[in-house]
Amino acid sequence: MAKITYITSDNQTHTVEVQNGLTVMEGAVQNDIPGIDADCGGGMACATCHVYVKDDWFNKIPKKEDGEDDMLDMAFEPKKNSRLSCQIIVSDELDGLQVNIPSKQA
Amino acid sequence: MKKTDALIIGAGPTGLFTAHQLKLIGLDCEIVDNLDKIGGQCIELYPDKPIYDIPAVPECTGEELTNNLLNQLKPFDIKFHLSERVEEVKKEENNWLVKTSGGNSFLTPNVIIAGGVGSFEPRKFSPKECEKFENKSLFYSVKDKNIFNGKTVSIFGGGDSALDWAIELSKESHVNLIHRRDEFRGAQATVDKMHALVKDGKINLFTKYQIANAHGKQTLESIDIKHDNNEIKNLKTEYVLGFFGLIMQLGPIANWGLNLNKKTIEVDTEKFETNQKGIYAVGDICNYPGKLKLILSGFHEGALAARACFKLARPDEKYRFEFTTTSTNLLKRLGKKE
Repeated sequence: MAKITYITSDNQTHTVEVQNGLTVMEGAVQNDIPGIDADCGGGMACATCHVYVKDDWFNKIPKKEDGEDDMLDMAFEPKKNSRLSCQIIVSDELDGLQVNIPSKQA
Repeated sequence: MKKTDALIIGAGPTGLFTAHQLKLIGLDCEIVDNLDKIGGQCIELYPDKPIYDIPAVPECTGEELTNNLLNQLKPFDIKFHLSERVEEVKKEENNWLVKTSGGNSFLTPNVIIAGGVGSFEPRKFSPKECEKFENKSLFYSVKDKNIFNGKTVSIFGGGDSALDWAIELSKESHVNLIHRRDEFRGAQATVDKMHALVKDGKINLFTKYQIANAHGKQTLESIDIKHDNNEIKNLKTEYVLGFFGLIMQLGPIANWGLNLNKKTIEVDTEKFETNQKGIYAVGDICNYPGKLKLILSGFHEGALAARACFKLARPDEKYRFEFTTTSTNLLKRLGKKE
């Protein structure tokens, strides 16, 4: 279990407990947090669950695998700390993770 | 105006199998899809990615699945209307009047929405200023490459479309290629060719840059591009091309008076009918308690929606359940019996 904070582009913060094994994307979708569309349902095929990971966390969470950067090319306003939230799997180590949701997904 | 027993919106796997089920029970149908090809998300998002959870098919790619479904449709005559988006669905007595962006109109008692997550539209540039140049000097696809002859064209993107057009247009135009990182995801041979043209001075390459602004009164004059380190460069350019792939948008479906839940349509689980009689939703776009976004669920939903269509298309006939193994009727329709 990890407490994850999602910050929307209008600075609303939503902190929810997400079970280990779910993804950061699923944590948002299941808790009705706005701004994460996840059109493809976690298949790394759409780049609509794009988030910015706070710098200190970016290096702590598991690294991007093949293909994630290719999809991020298509995301709305990608930055150096961009990730697809469907590729970040929640574990106890992620307790306290903060992610920012972009102003739109496309 | 075309009359049909059922109109299917979406030519993905669910739409294709729904067509099979309709034809099998003796109903006509036509299919409309906004993409220029058949296959939906399977073809557009993951043509080469293997799928492992289609019943009785241990492994197949999105493209193979599409081809197999088309093979299964071979006994039937089904009209496809591709590159057309359904814009309007209106009640007309006991029928629905459906109009497409391609100027087609259909009169049908049954509309089956098998639209995935909506229609595919190009992903656009984020700066607001880009909008006013859209379709004049800023494009997301190329219709006539000759308009770029002798001009400066700035191309954004890191995939095959961006690379192919950078290479092609470098013959007759001044080309800037701009991408957000150093790695390109296009085919290696294409990436190598692009780098060779950069070396020869035929393409100006800017990596770790993204578009920040567009300038010009009536016509585009220049763009600002911003580096990862926040440095901004101004590039004089007459045209801009963006290739960021496609995104699914619900689009006009939102205006048809259907009960929506986020980007999905609420249906019952007997007929997969929406709150509007004669409009059904199947596949990823429908929503009900326990819904799974699996291709196999779409097949089941399409089979049931097809039976529901029978009642409205043939109000005076009784639908009788039959098996393809034994029914002479079905075997005739499948072309297996005279």
